[in-house]
This record gives sequence, structure tokens and C-alpha cells, in this order.
Amino acid sequence: MENKNSKLSIFTNGFIKENPILVLVLGTCPTLAVSTQGSNGIGMGLCVTFVLTFSNIFISALKKIIPDKVRIPCYIVVISTFVTILQLLLQAYLPELNKSLGLYVPLIVVNCIILGRAEAFANKNSVVDSALDGLGMGLGYTCALTIMACIRELLGAGTLFGHTVTANLFSPMSIFVLAPGGFFTFGCIIAALNKLTKGRREKKQKANKCLGCGNAEGCPAAEEGGC
Amino acid sequence: MKEMLMIIMAAVLANNYVLVRFLGICPFLGVSKKLDSAVGMSIAVIFVMVLATAATWPIQRLLLDPNGIGYMQTTVFILVIAALVQLIETFMKKSLPSLHKALGIYLPLITTNCAVLGVCTLNIDEGYNFIQSLMNAFGSGVGFLLAMFLFAGVRSKIEDNDYPESFKGIASTLVAASILSVSFMGFSGMIDNIFGM
Repeated sequence: MENKNSKLSIFTNGFIKENPILVLVLGTCPTLAVSTQGSNGIGMGLCVTFVLTFSNIFISALKKIIPDKVRIPCYIVVISTFVTILQLLLQAYLPELNKSLGLYVPLIVVNCIILGRAEAFANKNSVVDSALDGLGMGLGYTCALTIMACIRELLGAGTLFGHTVTANLFSPMSIFVLAPGGFFTFGCIIAALNKLTKGRREKKQKANKCLGCGNAEGCPAAEEGGC
Repeated sequence: MKEMLMIIMAAVLANNYVLVRFLGICPFLGVSKKLDSAVGMSIAVIFVMVLATAATWPIQRLLLDPNGIGYMQTTVFILVIAALVQLIETFMKKSLPSLHKALGIYLPLITTNCAVLGVCTLNIDEGYNFIQSLMNAFGSGVGFLLAMFLFAGVRSKIEDNDYPESFKGIASTLVAASILSVSFMGFSGMIDNIFGM
């Protein structure tokens, strides 16, 4: 029973406690860029979940073979292989989604979340745990991205997943689907979370430290320029 | 000449990598606290962007495309960029120690910077020739420098201000970035008008 509980907690960890977007603030570039429409949010989220789960499984399975000194390049090769598979699948079966995500599909390779999870979780834990962690983190990412995309779509275009909702009631503020709206919405969501959790979010972020990505805002060493 | 100027201007202002295209947000938020580290990081980014483009464009056009393995683009590019950054760092350490001291600490961070991979991929997607690609890479890097420079200034001003507790930290940074981004939106129509395209 206890074993089952710990598996469940690994899976749910990514949803709330360590949500990659809202708590860890990782992978901000695609978050801001594709969250203009609810459907894009779900699409991008599932793409990241796919890559994250499979790269976690493979890195965890190969952790004994990969030499410690060259582990980062090895991780990058594994991750980019899955991104390439994803690109080919999207081109074949979902060309429309591929078009609207555009450049951000190949850029999943350099997404901090994936390398961060490989470094922080997959190279220390078993294959099953890593798969659950990847799935949980990926779905947490998808949820946060979709919520943000829905807010922006509703305010910016008056629609939700392409269906007209409020467009007839008041005129949509199109700035919300443009670049400034992305920064603004994200900033407000984080401020709201800070208010709700009374600063606990910040502490959690500090406790997580670097996660293998020197660029992340959560990385205390990034300010000095390196980990 | 006019075309080159247009590519650079568009990359610096209208399609600014950070504020309009959302590439390289992580260093933009993480390293922009102090002005000198922001400038140092940006100069390293310009440097790597141009060199990475110079390396990846021939690989795609002369090696991957003729052999019909264009789909290997992402894997090959990221490995080339990672190797290149390592090479630059080693070379700098040995022969340009003063430059290494100034930029060296930023170089490892750049490997996982999406702006560098982004510019290499975009150059191929847009169908630029070699010279145009280099111009675009240089312009994008300068745009990154401009955004970092402006934002470091903005941040040093907002740091001491009194704003609600819940906005402390990254939330206020994001809202400030949003306002800076509005100002860059103003450039979007300008390039087309100046060059009469």
C-alpha cells in the first residue's frame, strides 16, 4: 500500500507541488509563445509530455551505461531523437498543429524542463518511477499551459477552443494574444498564486535549486552567471 | 545592400527575439538583474549565434539536404552548437584569456539557450542564403543585446519600488517585460514602410 502511495505521489508531484510552469518557472519560452489558443496549449503540452516521458524512460534505463562526464550530451541526443520522431509524426498526422506550433516543436530539445528532469530525477530513479514522473510533470505542464492559453484566448479573441464565447458581449482585447499579453498574463497568474499560497510557492522554488539548467529564474547561481 | 539592412533592422526591432518571438526568455529573466552581466551574456550570445549559423547553414545545405536526411536537422544542430560552444571556450581560455574572463562564464549557459537553436532553424526555414543568414544571426543577437540592456535598466529602477507583496519576484519582472514588449510592438509596421516593401 505504501509503495502504491509513493508511486502516486511521484505522479501527482508535477501537478501541484512542483508544477514546471507555475512553481519552477521552467520552459518559459514556449509557454509564452504558444499559449495564444486553448487548442495550441493542449497540443504543445502533449508534445512535451510525449518527449518528457520517453526521454525519462530511456535515460533512466541507460543511466548505468552513460558515463558521468558526458551525460549532458548523451541526454541531448536521447531527447533530440524523440523530438525528431515527434516532428515526423506531427508532419504526417497533425499538419495543422505542426504549422501553428512551428518553430517551437524543434525547440522542445532545449526546453529546460526535459533536461532538468533527466538530471534531477531520471538518472537517479527506476524506469517506472521516471516514466511516472515524466507523465506527471508533462500533464502538469499541459494543464498550466492550457489554463493560461484559455485565459489569453478568452480575453484576446473572445473564444474558447475556437468557439465564440464572449466575442459578442464585449469587444476582445487583441493585445492579450500578442506578445505583451503573454508576459502580462503569466505575471498575473504567478502573482495570484503567490497570493493564494502566501509565499509558499517562492520557497518551494528556492528549495529546488538549479535543476540542471543554469538559465532558469529559479537557479540562484544564474544571477552570477553559472551553476 | 538595402536588403541586408532590412534583414538586420527587422531582426533587431520588429522581430525582436526576446520580446516578440519569445526566444531566450530564460536568460532574459535570469541574467538581467545586473547591467554588466546582461551585456556580457548578450555579447556572448551574438558571438555564438553568428558562429553557429556559419557552422549549421553549410551543414544543412551541403550535407543534410543533398543526402535526403533533412529531418536530422534538430539533432545535428544541437550537437554542432554544443560542440562549437565547447570549442570556443577551450580556444578562448588558451589564447584570449582576458576575453574568456569576461565572457567565459556565460558560454556554457548558451548551449541550452533556445535563441541560438532558434536562429539556426529559422535561417533554414526562411530560405535565407549564407550571407543573409549571417546578417539575420547578427541582427538577432543585437536585438537580444538591446532587449537585455533596456530590461536591465528597467529592473534596476523597479527593484526599489514598493509594490504588492504577491508581485514580488518574477511576477513583477514579467509585467515589466510586458510593458517593454508593448514598446517593441510599435516597430512592427515601421520596417516595411521605411524600405517600401
